[in-house]
Amino acid sequence: MKRRNFLSSMLAGSGLLLPVSPHIWAATAEQATQKKLIVIMLRGAVDGLNVVAPYGDSEYAHLRPTIALGKPGQENGVIDLDGYFGLHPALADLQTLWNEKKIAFIHSSGSPDTTRSHFDAQDYMESATPGKKSTQDGWMNRVLAGLPGVSTPTRAISIGAVMPRILSGPAIASNIASGAAGTKANVLDKPQIGNAFEQLYQGNQKYAKSYDDAREAHQEMMTASMQNEQQVANGGAPLPNGFPDDSSRVATLMRNDPRIQMVFMALGGWDTHANQGSAKGQLANRLAPLGLGLANLSQRLGPMFDDTSIVVMSEFGRTVKQNGNGGTDHGHGNVMWVLGGKVSGGKVYGDWRGLQSDQLYEGRDLAVTTDFRSVLSQICERHLGLNDQQLLKVFPGQTRLQAGFRFI
Amino acid sequence: MNQIICFCISLSALFFFPAAVAGEATTEQEAMHVLNRLAYGPRPGDLERVMQMGTDRYIEQQLHPENLALPDSLQKKLSGLNYANQKAGDVLFEYRKILGQTKDESEQAQKERRELIGKIVEETSEARLWRAIESPRQLEEIMVDFWFNHFNVFIGKGIDRALIASYERDAIRPYVFGNFRDLLAATAKHPAMLFYLDNWLSTSADYQPGLKRFGNQGAKQKSNGLNENYARELMELHTLGVDGGYTQKDVTELARMLTGWTFDQKANRQGRDLQFVFDNSRHDQGTKQWLGKTIPPNGKAEGEFALTILAMHPATARHLSYKLAQYFVHDQPPSSLVEQLSNRYLSTNGNIRAVLQTLFASEEFRNADVIGAKYKTPYRFIISAMRASEAPDDNIRPLLGSMAQLGMPLFGSQTPDGYKYTEQAWLNPDALSRRINFATALATGRLPLNQQIESGEKMGKMQVEKQANNNDKRQFMPTVKSEALLTTLSPMISAKTRQVVENNPEALRAALILGSPDFMQH
Repeated sequence: MKRRNFLSSMLAGSGLLLPVSPHIWAATAEQATQKKLIVIMLRGAVDGLNVVAPYGDSEYAHLRPTIALGKPGQENGVIDLDGYFGLHPALADLQTLWNEKKIAFIHSSGSPDTTRSHFDAQDYMESATPGKKSTQDGWMNRVLAGLPGVSTPTRAISIGAVMPRILSGPAIASNIASGAAGTKANVLDKPQIGNAFEQLYQGNQKYAKSYDDAREAHQEMMTASMQNEQQVANGGAPLPNGFPDDSSRVATLMRNDPRIQMVFMALGGWDTHANQGSAKGQLANRLAPLGLGLANLSQRLGPMFDDTSIVVMSEFGRTVKQNGNGGTDHGHGNVMWVLGGKVSGGKVYGDWRGLQSDQLYEGRDLAVTTDFRSVLSQICERHLGLNDQQLLKVFPGQTRLQAGFRFI
Repeated sequence: MNQIICFCISLSALFFFPAAVAGEATTEQEAMHVLNRLAYGPRPGDLERVMQMGTDRYIEQQLHPENLALPDSLQKKLSGLNYANQKAGDVLFEYRKILGQTKDESEQAQKERRELIGKIVEETSEARLWRAIESPRQLEEIMVDFWFNHFNVFIGKGIDRALIASYERDAIRPYVFGNFRDLLAATAKHPAMLFYLDNWLSTSADYQPGLKRFGNQGAKQKSNGLNENYARELMELHTLGVDGGYTQKDVTELARMLTGWTFDQKANRQGRDLQFVFDNSRHDQGTKQWLGKTIPPNGKAEGEFALTILAMHPATARHLSYKLAQYFVHDQPPSSLVEQLSNRYLSTNGNIRAVLQTLFASEEFRNADVIGAKYKTPYRFIISAMRASEAPDDNIRPLLGSMAQLGMPLFGSQTPDGYKYTEQAWLNPDALSRRINFATALATGRLPLNQQIESGEKMGKMQVEKQANNNDKRQFMPTVKSEALLTTLSPMISAKTRQVVENNPEALRAALILGSPDFMQH
């Protein structure tokens, strides 16, 4: 039995007087999935001190003689944010969002677990159970379980060839390939082939679920992307490759398919141990498409941006002092980015204690003064409307984690 | 309703775990099991061969690949490779030479650059895939992949493009059954690793060389201080494991011990190979405190000492044993087996062949429950499909494209932890449809594996996308015959799958077999 039919018959049989016409069904589903969450993970530990640079702290330039960004107005200088922090100039595409107060940063944030292993730290950020490896599911999957309304396979999607930890778990989620291939017809769309494989996979203990989810998600994506192709054609210009391309595609898919509620994307290449550059160079080259992609995403979501929260996060920060090779090694605290129509932006949040060595974690790294889970928790509560009980399921612990400030 | 569900589950259990139900594997199933774990699955005739010789003899033979001759056809293909057989220094010389001509921005010059890089990458991949598909020394190929992945380097990082063929050939392949300390040292000293994890740049804090020019993109690399990158991954990934009990201080101290481990940066003239060198002027001459030990200044010997300690550390024995047991037996390997392997490792001084011997002889490996219990990685899925269907592999581009599409580009793991070998990492909705897509294209002869249909730098990605999008209906090769395939794979294919295959026309049958649930696992 197809999942949707099953759910419809449940509703019909439950005594609720819900007319099961597709139109009404869509309307209720749309309501339930109205608030969107997009999470972008920068794998490899981005150097947050050169994303939102504390140029107002004299230690900053001192500890980073060749990689520090200049003060605002200087050649290669930052874009001033608040007279103390400045944004990396490669992120100039985000300036409008900052001026419109649609983007906020939470500095000195991160995981309470102090591991400097990329892989463990990413794992903890995706499971949202720092220090505990045995957690089976990801926090986005747990959010999915707590959300009201009907879930279809595309309610939560990840862009990429593999299913990330953050979306793994009992609730249905889908992944689609990056680039144009993700939404094109495939061989299973030929009825004869599709039917034959359907028979093969039907009832298979291990793979039937993946197979069915794939088919259903594919149908939904195809429908959403056909409209997408038209819009792109109307827009004229071809999309650039990489993140700006994928983020624009995601925006269009979301607008065309209101059932999509949560999206996860990951970008790699932030592990800048050597030669990371300052205003220009390796890090700048990674940041520019990220900034452009986020700006595209916000713009192309149109009115939907008002109902969307976008979080950008990375597993840990990098050393305050640059290393021997014009790079930075694994550190601790970092900066989280939050974008969205309802974000109280234009502000750098967080308990900032400065870069004096007695304020640093182990004398070398930015301290973590805001638990990343309290940031995510605030978004889940105030934006997605999860209640205390649900929040405790998503972010397990004795009590609810609360940030000391409200950014949304 | 509940009864029906129960019935379906038990029925499918019967189909997919016939051995588990029967309690004991048949000789045929055992033979298939070793072909599926010590090899990338059977080629036609392999099953009978292994049944005839017995699984024990097959295992013994695979553990001593030097006694197995490579077929002439494979030898000939491999010896025809140019870059994959050259010394690292020579490949790097050409690579730098052509990349150095950046002033020439003409389309022709750019095309030449892309073509050279494409050629190097393609040959490096051919050297790997041709062996994986065709070599009778299958376990050796499996271990090459396993250890490469354990000591992963990324082909997309700078000069590593030019160095990976040598890395695999010189630092991995000769040691895959040998002593772990030797393998560890070979990787530690290979320029591909020194470059990838930045140790080539790491120096004592007071080293002042001024700016050094480095060929690649003419980038100025400043070396005047410590870089922790390699030291951390050496303990976290290569030896002790992340829970191996070391601290941040141990990372920094080990990095200090390894300062000066670099490669001969002037070796860019043809004829002079790119070699590991220990540069004492870059070495931190102070005393170090590492893993509870006081390390007096002793130059290069400090690093050698560290490798020895790390190689023979009980945490390393456990870490490696866990990975091997997970790879060969089960995603959640039984702790009894991990312990057994660990003991064997320590008692043989890190002898990899001995550990594998113990593994393959273990009850846990032979247990009927683990037959077919592993989900294939994209790499294994593709190689095993090529072997089972005995498709030509003259043009590997469609294979490289498919691996990339399935999320496992060859030599393309950007991070040093390499790829995972678990079901959780690879089973997802999108991947299943894509595997079926590949299986169908292969079975219906639509992958141009016998000929290159595009020239130049394109690495097959476009070709596979065309196939995926169903736009390219050209048939390049004969279709795969379902009857032969069923014979080759016989004990793997369930009654249910056979039934569905029989109910469909021949044109679809081979695709159904290669795209079946049965062929997704091994």
